[in-house]
Amino acid sequence: MTVGKLASASARSIFRNKMRSFLTSLGIIIGVCSVIVMVAIGSGSQAQIKKQIESMGTNLLMVMPPRGPREANRMTMADVTKLRNEASYLSAISGEVRLSSKVVGGSGYWSTTVYGVEPDYMVIKNWAIGSGEFFTDRDLARRAKVLVIGSTVATKLFGDEDPLGKPVRIGTTPFTIVGVLKSKGSGNNGNDQDDVVMVPLDTAVTRLLRDGKIQAIEMSVVREDLMDAAQAEVTAILRESHRLSDGSDNDFDVMNQSEIIATASQTAKTLTSLLAAIAGVSLIVGGIGIMNIMLVSVTERTREIGIRMSVGARKKDILLQFLAESVILSLLGGFLGISLALALSWVLSTFMSMPTIISPAVIAASVGFAGAVGVFFGFYPARKAANLYPIDALRYE
Amino acid sequence: MAIIELRGIKRHYILGDITVKALRGIDLDVESGEFVAIMGPSGSGKSTLMNTLGCLDKPTAGSYVLDGLETSRASSDEFADIRNAKIGFVFQGFNLLSRTSALENVELPLFYDRSGSTIDRRQRAEAALVGVGLGSRLDHKPNQLSGGQQQRVAIARAMVTDPAFILADEPTGNLDTEMSLEIMSLFQELNERGKTIVMVTHEPEVASYTRRVITMRDGAIVSDRPVALRHNAALDLADWKERHAALAAEEVAS
Repeated sequence: MTVGKLASASARSIFRNKMRSFLTSLGIIIGVCSVIVMVAIGSGSQAQIKKQIESMGTNLLMVMPPRGPREANRMTMADVTKLRNEASYLSAISGEVRLSSKVVGGSGYWSTTVYGVEPDYMVIKNWAIGSGEFFTDRDLARRAKVLVIGSTVATKLFGDEDPLGKPVRIGTTPFTIVGVLKSKGSGNNGNDQDDVVMVPLDTAVTRLLRDGKIQAIEMSVVREDLMDAAQAEVTAILRESHRLSDGSDNDFDVMNQSEIIATASQTAKTLTSLLAAIAGVSLIVGGIGIMNIMLVSVTERTREIGIRMSVGARKKDILLQFLAESVILSLLGGFLGISLALALSWVLSTFMSMPTIISPAVIAASVGFAGAVGVFFGFYPARKAANLYPIDALRYE
Repeated sequence: MAIIELRGIKRHYILGDITVKALRGIDLDVESGEFVAIMGPSGSGKSTLMNTLGCLDKPTAGSYVLDGLETSRASSDEFADIRNAKIGFVFQGFNLLSRTSALENVELPLFYDRSGSTIDRRQRAEAALVGVGLGSRLDHKPNQLSGGQQQRVAIARAMVTDPAFILADEPTGNLDTEMSLEIMSLFQELNERGKTIVMVTHEPEVASYTRRVITMRDGAIVSDRPVALRHNAALDLADWKERHAALAAEEVAS
């Protein structure tokens, strides 16, 4: 029998039993579909994370205290000043402290994150002022009790009123609102980036925190190709500032944007592989379903096998016929699974704002895997059919 | 020319401790153009002989030359090819593929044709079905056909590869008198045209339409004689129909 004849004979017997063939392939359909959709969701969210981190700022370089207890943090205002004076590749630099606090004013109070930053922070993090103005270096020097608020905070405290010039308190310290930030929308974990209050760094350090420590240093590098050089220089300056001897470890972490992206997307990647692996298990379960039905089918069609043998089918013909049936079933399931996956990810990205990216490689791999499942799980039943003895098969009732 | 030459064919089955001797040394020649009936009570070994003749089963000992070809040392693949090219099977239970049209059933042996000839399967199958008088029922499925028609599809399937001989196993066993006569008249017609037929049956009336009757008992041939008073199935069928019509008319009259 030629391949064409074989395929047509197998296809005919599959279509003779439409309902059963569909149910048999259902396992493969679901398996292939879930693998593709899982990977699509995974790579979609990875791409989104990358995009959002890039939107945080351009050529971003960041110094953070090492992971561990708060006491290990040795970063101070002096480090920021030293970097500002000595580093040659930086276009902007700002120290940063954060505290969670209640902001009281207007119609009531609102719990938010208060950032102590310098004016450069606007440039580094792509912020823009909506109304009023950002505080200046002079405000920093005077440790002025002024602040700018995010649009969420403005709405929560003042509703439709203009918040400019209004007094608010952080803890017990009174401040005056000098500006409202332009809305940035939600961030990469769906957090509200506009739920923020910014005060001059020196004011925050001396009046709100009082420990003299800086929690982070944010910097913009002049050009993207100078990122590595800038990172090395910043590290060297900080080591000098902290008087670290050669060979001792850094007591700070310098991270650039691509490292931040890598860290964030690593989590997404791990999750994607995990989900895809679980979906892959369902493909194997689908394969077992095919084997089960093929075994039933061999028993049910024993007489047919006998007839085929009596008119001249060789063992190999019978083997290939049943193998072809299970491979066609799996591939059919594979193609239906792909269609379903395409439809499903379209629905997810269109109606549920879940970004999905379907890669051709994943489609090819899952079809290949479906075919392999068909061969693997179809072989045993097919061999059972081929090894039937013609006389017994013909007499089988 | 001898189509079939059996020499000292033995077939022993081992069932636990006992050895069943189904065939105890059969010598048999069937010439081209013969119409042979193999008879005998159940357990006489006629089914085993049929399986041997049909290359479905290998004898324990002896030689079987089919159409000039020694088959006793053939592999299972060679057996399959011999069945495909040399033997046309007709079974008691028709053995057609269900849910498959008459035409596709008749095409089936051509699927496994390995001669490499570029035959038009469809055309050959159609011709075979026309030859058994089913030219108008090509697309009927077995369950849409009467028993006699199903058996005729089976005969067309047996004929489609133009085999060396037709091997029929109780071909009328599942049929009523009228259909049996139809099938026997078809066999006689094929035989008149030169086809060699070997038929296993236990009905003497059916055997009386053949030319030679071989009787078996206990795994051996006990008699082998030509049919003295050969019946003509076509005439018997006409006769049967006449009597049947008369009977029906009588019933209506009373």
